[in-house]
Amino acid sequence: MSKQPLFGKTPDELLKIVQAHDLPAYTSKQISQWLYKNHAQTFADMSNLSKKTRLLLEENFIVGLTSFSKVQISSDGTKKYLFPTTDNRFIEAAYIPEDDRATLCVSSQVGCKMGCLFCMTGKQGFQSQLTAGEIVNQVISLPEREQLTNIVYMGMGEPFDNLESVMRSLEILTSDWGLAMSPRRITVSTIGMIPAMKLFIENSECHLAISLHTPFHDERRKLMPIENIYPIAEVIDVLRTFDFGRQRRISFEYIMFKGINDTPVHVKELARLLNGLRCRINLIRFHPIPDTPLESSTEENIDMFRQALLKKDIRTTLRASRGQDIFAACGLLSTKELVKQQEADF
Amino acid sequence: MMDTGLSGFIKKLPLEKRVLLAIDNIAEGVYVIHLERKHDFLPGQVVGISLDHSIPARLYSICSGKDESKLSILFNIKPDGLLSPQLAALGRGDSVLVSRPFGAFLGDEQPSWWIASGTGVAPYRSMIRSGMDKNKVLIHGGRMANSFYFQDEMKVRLGDRYIRCCSQETGEGLYHGRLTNWIREQETLPLANQYFLCGSAEMVVEVRDILISKGVELDQIMSEIYF
Repeated sequence: MSKQPLFGKTPDELLKIVQAHDLPAYTSKQISQWLYKNHAQTFADMSNLSKKTRLLLEENFIVGLTSFSKVQISSDGTKKYLFPTTDNRFIEAAYIPEDDRATLCVSSQVGCKMGCLFCMTGKQGFQSQLTAGEIVNQVISLPEREQLTNIVYMGMGEPFDNLESVMRSLEILTSDWGLAMSPRRITVSTIGMIPAMKLFIENSECHLAISLHTPFHDERRKLMPIENIYPIAEVIDVLRTFDFGRQRRISFEYIMFKGINDTPVHVKELARLLNGLRCRINLIRFHPIPDTPLESSTEENIDMFRQALLKKDIRTTLRASRGQDIFAACGLLSTKELVKQQEADF
Repeated sequence: MMDTGLSGFIKKLPLEKRVLLAIDNIAEGVYVIHLERKHDFLPGQVVGISLDHSIPARLYSICSGKDESKLSILFNIKPDGLLSPQLAALGRGDSVLVSRPFGAFLGDEQPSWWIASGTGVAPYRSMIRSGMDKNKVLIHGGRMANSFYFQDEMKVRLGDRYIRCCSQETGEGLYHGRLTNWIREQETLPLANQYFLCGSAEMVVEVRDILISKGVELDQIMSEIYF
């Protein structure tokens, strides 16, 4: 039987583990400190534990941290890390340094089952769920960990399709006993799975981003099958029922597709849909993926679209394209590794 | 401390108690449960199902017709699943928590290809039982010869408009191979048709790519994935 990782466990869970092994209760706090504050890589590193305790842990558990297996570095400084998972699959994390911040884009699942037309991760289908430890490992095992200012859950997978692990990972990242990050430095992005989204809003202080991409139901269901189950109009109705306060942010991700969602009619409908909701729209250039009929809107059209939204008093930003020379769009690197692995299997 | 328990998840999808009228084991590990019905629905819609507040609700397509007195759900047992093994162990008279029907993967009168893998055939059966099978072709993919759930009924209703693609066995009337291969082998596709896709993410994404590469417009492709 494979050994259980301790990284990813809460202090309460660590307490149960030490009690089950007849260790003193304070050992759980020591382990927690080593895992989340001192970033111990091995049990031997946990120098204030007795030798007997370290041996017992060694025999029954693993620490659970995993180094990246590959990195691609863009000319603009963006780095894409490939991490192996416990079930021998691969996930990606993209490190994006900017002048005043450094953001890490983390994955929440191996593959994805949402099947969005524009997404490379969707091409590999759903492989497995990540544990909370595997999500936070992308942060802890990042060579640039000390420079990190922000984390976005916008890598592989739909975070709210793995709600339990995502919530637990947020707890580790934001708790005083964990990495003690401000929730205002973390954004979780969803395509709008309403039941899980409600739970997230009620139980987390982190920012929320919604993949919108078109305000029209019939268009969105062609791009994103989830629209058949949780229509964007209902998602927004739900958002209106919550008080997000002044500090917490709702943003809408909007990839610009040429001739599909970049017309004045879309601006008008967006303004109607979002009317009265304190939010911002983040426009994103589309970077084509294999076998897609979609193209990115022209720069001119993107600018016109942005100006039109601003005129409607909708706060609108245009996300800078980063890491294009290393295909930083999530899913490409891991899909290549998956194909390589499948070829090796046969 | 943040509540990471999934019990709250259930509370976010309102559920009502329903009596289980019958359960049929239609193939190895595959079941149809029949529940008392309280709400109208449109063929192609789903319901959220659970057994108690410790198990997250899962969404299942309705497989019964809109005019039937019961609400039927097709499901297979997921070995690591929290819910499906427990559902399979239920008996007549037990209670099941069920949401109101919802969803927009709806059939209509237009000529269409209905494409499904495994239990993804469920919404099409609902459409067929609701009288929407005219001008429809059903292409169903499965691994074994017994993977074509409701096949006796489908043969009667659809005749040669029912194509079964079996990847791991051969048999009379079966295309031997994956349904994606069958679609690839078609020299031309009816480009004026609508294409409905229901099943795993892998199947939906692959079929969608094939259809687009064969000239089907994006506007004509409708997908439902097992979320």
